[in-house]
Amino acid sequence: MRYLTDRKRAVGKGASGTGTEHHWAMQISSVGLAFLVPSWLYIFGSALGQGREVVVATFAHPFPAILTALLLIVGMRHFASGATMMIEDYAHGTARKLAIIGVTSLSWVVAATGLFALARMAL
Amino acid sequence: MVQFTLPKNSTVRTGKTWPKPDGKNVRKFQIYRWNPDDGKNPQVDTYFVDMDKCGPMVLDALIKIKNEIDPTLTFRRSCREGICGSCAMNIDGINTLACIYGLDEVKGDVKIYPLPHMPVIKDLIPDLTHFYAQHASIMPWLETKTNRPAKEWRQSIDDRKKLDGLYECVMCASCSTSCPSYWWNGDKYLGPAALLHAYRWIIDSRDEATGERLDNLEDPFKLYRCHTIMNCAKTCPKGLNPAKAIAEIKKMMVSRVV
Repeated sequence: MRYLTDRKRAVGKGASGTGTEHHWAMQISSVGLAFLVPSWLYIFGSALGQGREVVVATFAHPFPAILTALLLIVGMRHFASGATMMIEDYAHGTARKLAIIGVTSLSWVVAATGLFALARMAL
Repeated sequence: MVQFTLPKNSTVRTGKTWPKPDGKNVRKFQIYRWNPDDGKNPQVDTYFVDMDKCGPMVLDALIKIKNEIDPTLTFRRSCREGICGSCAMNIDGINTLACIYGLDEVKGDVKIYPLPHMPVIKDLIPDLTHFYAQHASIMPWLETKTNRPAKEWRQSIDDRKKLDGLYECVMCASCSTSCPSYWWNGDKYLGPAALLHAYRWIIDSRDEATGERLDNLEDPFKLYRCHTIMNCAKTCPKGLNPAKAIAEIKKMMVSRVV
């Protein structure tokens, strides 16, 4: 048992001086994804089930290729930030740190893999 | 990790059923009981109250039970008119003030528990020590640097109106204890009540510590654990909207950097 005053427990280590940047980034990426996701789904849906050549040709065009790249980058950054927030809500201590490392790594791996596949189709 | 089940020594058991009085208008009350001195698990005792001989509010029934049936029943109360915030408890699944919550608003049996997710001192009394310390940490007083005026600090009528919907908070803790974010991270997250008070002082036209106040909230946990769940606004017995106050603080935070 530690003999800490109630005020010391409440203040803890003080404010970290961060948070707004993350909050603002989530707002921006949310708005961006509101446009990116429907546009991408429309293009992807149009190409779906039409054979490999058609799909490759679709994503070889500049607009679908750039849109897909943006979706991968913005989407995965948004996913990493959102998942981090959920992890911070429900996990504590070492489990929290490991889960955040895992989610961040996963988001980068998915984005890199997607960009690689896109480059192979588009270039 | 977050606990989704109660520890064994906190599992609530069925308690004593007190004798039912004669009368046509008798209501059943199921009330959480826990005594730290007897070493037993918490239990829910059942009481019966003749409503023809009882006042209209939940607090009236609790006082009647304590005075006439079971003097060991423990709860806080003081003003009996929604001003002191002492009698906050969970009634019929809603955090509210027993003194202004009518028994006619409860359908069926009246189930009364202490405010959720707080350490219990005894029966319906939660330990609000940390909650009050968090309130103190937001400096709930006027901070000024300018020399004190000869008379009072003046405030325009329009600036005074900005405090409406904020100053009325009685710190009953109904909002904070209804907030899942406060349940999971109450050690760091200030919770809706403290943040509503923080905003009350941030927008006070006479206060000169706006920057410092915002600096103290610039933290992923102290402020940004609010996910706009809105339980606070739904449960507030005074009809206030802490979620809106928190959103206003976030807007001020963003306006400092963008």
